[in-house]
Amino acid sequence: MLAYILRRLLYAIPILVGVNLITFALFFVVNTPDDMARMQLGVKRVTPEAIMKWKAERGYDKPLLWNGEATGAAKATETIFFQKSALMFAGDFGRAEDGRDIAREIRTRMVPSLAIALPTFLLGLLVTVSFALLLAFFRATAFDFWGVVACVAMMSISGLFYIIGGQYLFSKMFRLVPISGYSGDLDAWRFLLLPVLIGVVSGIGSSARWYRTIFLEEIGKDYVRTARAKGLTDLKVMFGHVLRNAMIPILTGVVVVIPLLFMGSLLTESFFGIPGLGSYTIDAINAQDFAVVRAMVFIGSVLYIIGLILTDISYTLVDPRIRFE
Amino acid sequence: MMAIQPVLLWSDLCIWLLVLAAVGAAWWSSRQPPLRAAWSRVARNRVGMASATLLAVFVLIGLADSLHYRPQLPPKAGDDPAKPVYAIEVLSALDVLLMPLRTKVEKTYSEPLATRAYAKEMIEIREADGTVRKAREYPRLRHGGAHLAADEARAVSDIALRCALALAVGALIWTGLALLCAWRVADSRGIAIARAWRQIWRHEEGPAWNAVLLTLAAVLALAALIAGPAGAYHVFGTDKVGQDVLYQVLKSIRTALVIGLVTTLVTLPLAVVLGIVAGYFRGWVDDLIQYLYTTLNSIPGVLLIAAAVLMMQVLIDTHPQWFSTAAERADLRLLALCFILGLTSWTGLARLLRGEVLKLRELEYVQAAQAFGVSDLRIIARHLLPNLMHIVIIALVMDFSGLVLAEAVLSYVGIGVDPTMISFGTMINNARMELGREPVVWWSLVAAFAFMFAMVLAANLLADAVRDAFDPRMA
Repeated sequence: MLAYILRRLLYAIPILVGVNLITFALFFVVNTPDDMARMQLGVKRVTPEAIMKWKAERGYDKPLLWNGEATGAAKATETIFFQKSALMFAGDFGRAEDGRDIAREIRTRMVPSLAIALPTFLLGLLVTVSFALLLAFFRATAFDFWGVVACVAMMSISGLFYIIGGQYLFSKMFRLVPISGYSGDLDAWRFLLLPVLIGVVSGIGSSARWYRTIFLEEIGKDYVRTARAKGLTDLKVMFGHVLRNAMIPILTGVVVVIPLLFMGSLLTESFFGIPGLGSYTIDAINAQDFAVVRAMVFIGSVLYIIGLILTDISYTLVDPRIRFE
Repeated sequence: MMAIQPVLLWSDLCIWLLVLAAVGAAWWSSRQPPLRAAWSRVARNRVGMASATLLAVFVLIGLADSLHYRPQLPPKAGDDPAKPVYAIEVLSALDVLLMPLRTKVEKTYSEPLATRAYAKEMIEIREADGTVRKAREYPRLRHGGAHLAADEARAVSDIALRCALALAVGALIWTGLALLCAWRVADSRGIAIARAWRQIWRHEEGPAWNAVLLTLAAVLALAALIAGPAGAYHVFGTDKVGQDVLYQVLKSIRTALVIGLVTTLVTLPLAVVLGIVAGYFRGWVDDLIQYLYTTLNSIPGVLLIAAAVLMMQVLIDTHPQWFSTAAERADLRLLALCFILGLTSWTGLARLLRGEVLKLRELEYVQAAQAFGVSDLRIIARHLLPNLMHIVIIALVMDFSGLVLAEAVLSYVGIGVDPTMISFGTMINNARMELGREPVVWWSLVAAFAFMFAMVLAANLLADAVRDAFDPRMA
């Protein structure tokens, strides 16, 4: 098991290097730092000196890959690639446009992001799995039919609509919860209630329908018929047999997103004014803060790879047949 | 007759290429018995046919919006008559049809079907005795209900009359279409029209024409209710700058279709070629392709798109000399967005195809072909590709609705289409603060969401019908 995890971790290195190269190519080769400077400074203030100053402040004035003027190891380290891309592996993401340290900002903003994403994820999983179980339990009845119709309708509604409509309904018309905002102490639940609810509701459509197909596929198998023939109740078969076996395909889609919960949700956080990583990313995109976007891309892929490894480990927990050698 | 200069935008080219490809694919699959059988299973599905009809209406609107031209400016004194000057503005065939909607611009917000503006203003009121006084009033709209003049109270009956007239025209069109359909069915089955008519509504065999006709009836009725008063009123109201919301919604359809369809032009070749090559040749080729898609996959989609769009924006902004009109710039940005979406979304299909090819290549008929010395290319084209078609077709229809929804989100985040291009995303983005106004301005948002919902729902239902018909596990 340990050897397997180690091997997977080693396999992750070339992927991260690939991600790093892609972002490096996107941010520094497709457009030169001069282009970025011109864009950031605006058309009016562009002078060669201003561009030089902009680049020097951010360390973009070094050569891209190889510094012929430096000596020794500095030939490789005094370059944009090493300073801006390779150092990300060490957790050094540089500074944002406003001069703050990105790594530090990420650590503090992770908490509000998790405060929304984790309850949304857990509650959403609970609600969708139980709804799908219910649909599968009452399969081929009117309840199942209209449930699926509702799922298709719900997955056809734009995520923006859930947020805008929910804010209007609960905050503006009924005045139950504040429209947006966040607080660091225990009072935060008032701000989190609505985003979590909206997150859960907007996810029901597609996942419940997907889980229902998995359950139905499982119900058609021989062992279910055997269990019934033994005289077990429908409920026992559903929870003891079908649910347990359906966990494997469900886990494939679910575990991989757990680490990504740290990244927060772009839309929810920006609509509800929550100072998490999602709104950090959106602000960076709108302000064209390339350093922050680059850092988020890197962190996102690290978390995704961790999610892949966790998925494999979780298989061994739910399926005793799977052994990693 | 004013001369026009046809303009072929890059996205127009892609759209018409896709139409050509669709016609070609339809002709080709009509000659392939398995594909023919699967498509006729789709045609028998009533929900599938109803949603296909609705989508076809959207596509027709989108196609009308893909014939672009630049109108000629009226010649000025001193111009060379042999060299006409064309407007910088790029219009489409749809704009010609919607000319009254496009040009009748109000000052700012107005409610649907309103004759007066949304907010009070200081205006001069001319009394019956000729004196003029100033008062804070809701001013009359410049165009909405302007033909009523002083007789404003007549608006309700006027609207009802226009709707009734349009409904009558709609009913006539529907009857014509229904008769045409019955005549075609009667002709193909060699029976009398009256019998064909009964067969259509009973629907025991063949395509579900009853679903098509019912959907058409609903669409025509809705279109009549909208188009009837549209000439003299703003049926969906106007937005902040006074533009007609109905016009914007209709223009958004093309943008959504381009995003949903042109992206497949990028996804499809990448996914099919790389997926098959990885599965068929295995070894280091497989490793390389797997590495490629794992790497691309591991970057969260939105962030990769954000990074690529930001970089493209820098590229476009630093090279203004590439574009002669603003429409061309917006169009290129739209295409680039499709390209980026395609680059980030081919991995799922490629992985599916690779898995299927890994299975297929071990089957006897492929091994027999290999033993006979048939070339790899020929084996892929003759034995593997036809057996992968169902996966490709299912994936294509399933992706469409996701892409339409993604456009709205990306445009909201600021990494979608050009802000000057009308799309569901930009409409929602411009209207997002309007629910906070007093009184609430709801019409732009509701119109954009309703049209987007109709399109995505139809696409989802069609995708289900197609999956049921093509997936061998479902049979």
